[in-house]
Amino acid sequence: MEKKLVLRGVLAGAVAGLLAFVFARIFAEPYIGKAIDYESGRDAAQAALDKAAGLAPEAAGPDLFSRTVQADIGIGVGLIVFGMAMGALFAVAYTVCLGRVGGLRARSLALLVAGGGFVGMYLVPFLKYPANPPAIGHEETIRARSGLYLIMVVCSVAFLAGAVWLGRRLQPRFGNWNATLLAGAAFVVAIGVVMLLLPSLGHLGYNKEHYGNHATETPQPLTDGKGHIVYPGFPADVLFAFRFYSVGAQLLLWSAIGLVFAPLAERVLRPVTEDGAVRGAAPLPA
Amino acid sequence: MSSISTTRPAATPVVLPVTKAGLWLVGTAVLALIAYYFIGVDQGAVSVFGKDMHIHEFVHDARHFLGFPCH
Repeated sequence: MEKKLVLRGVLAGAVAGLLAFVFARIFAEPYIGKAIDYESGRDAAQAALDKAAGLAPEAAGPDLFSRTVQADIGIGVGLIVFGMAMGALFAVAYTVCLGRVGGLRARSLALLVAGGGFVGMYLVPFLKYPANPPAIGHEETIRARSGLYLIMVVCSVAFLAGAVWLGRRLQPRFGNWNATLLAGAAFVVAIGVVMLLLPSLGHLGYNKEHYGNHATETPQPLTDGKGHIVYPGFPADVLFAFRFYSVGAQLLLWSAIGLVFAPLAERVLRPVTEDGAVRGAAPLPA
Repeated sequence: MSSISTTRPAATPVVLPVTKAGLWLVGTAVLALIAYYFIGVDQGAVSVFGKDMHIHEFVHDARHFLGFPCH
């Protein structure tokens, strides 16, 4: 049973990843391209400034893959593998939740678990550390940024699981509605405390020292020695569009996982009588 | 809990004994997390292949787009 569910989860994830790839290729890639153009222009302006000041320009790293490969194949492989991984985790969570989270049908549970995956794995970490296009993010802080992001992912998933457990514990005393609200409130408070305690990326030691006191790593305008702006800050519209489509792609991915998995799971879980006839699903509690 | 299940059977038809299914579930979760790691994290903050950047550069756009921190 669990094997069937896991395989169907991976399948749903692959389909979801493929859809997310099509979405990303159409909507996100133009903005990723714009962000990379901004970065190249800024590097050129910086090199000109360095040259005028008599500094040796920094050598750029070699391009291992062309932009065409990154934008057409790399992002596709990345999103499909990510989708399959999330589909597998989804199926594990679904299997553990089966029959343990109250009067839910197979299909409804699939949508709820997918919603939990979207919120826990992506949306809540995004609220603290939103997705950034190329050109945003200093190489020197990658270690700290990765660690902080993963702390947010682990905390939000763990607290979400804790909230589900808490809701089940409170349900006999407060009823479904109030127990769910209380557990949700506990989740918000707990993750809120973590978000308050973790630093903003711009406030990391290295960034304060080299870039001044800004909340994020988004590039500020580039100025020459006299304070004239020689290259603008990162374009706000590109940043918004990139993040907007990033949320959209994850919403699409998790919705697709839930919607593809739901009917497959229902077929697996539908009880079959000895003569092979399929009985109706268990009656829904009033 | 037991008082509920007597008055109100869960509508999801099967409860899988997690202990029996444990190996499959844990194995699946571990594999999925390894994939998550290679898509999102490897050859950035930490790297299992040293200074090689092929995975990082190949899934570069996906990594940014999925919300992971990137160089």
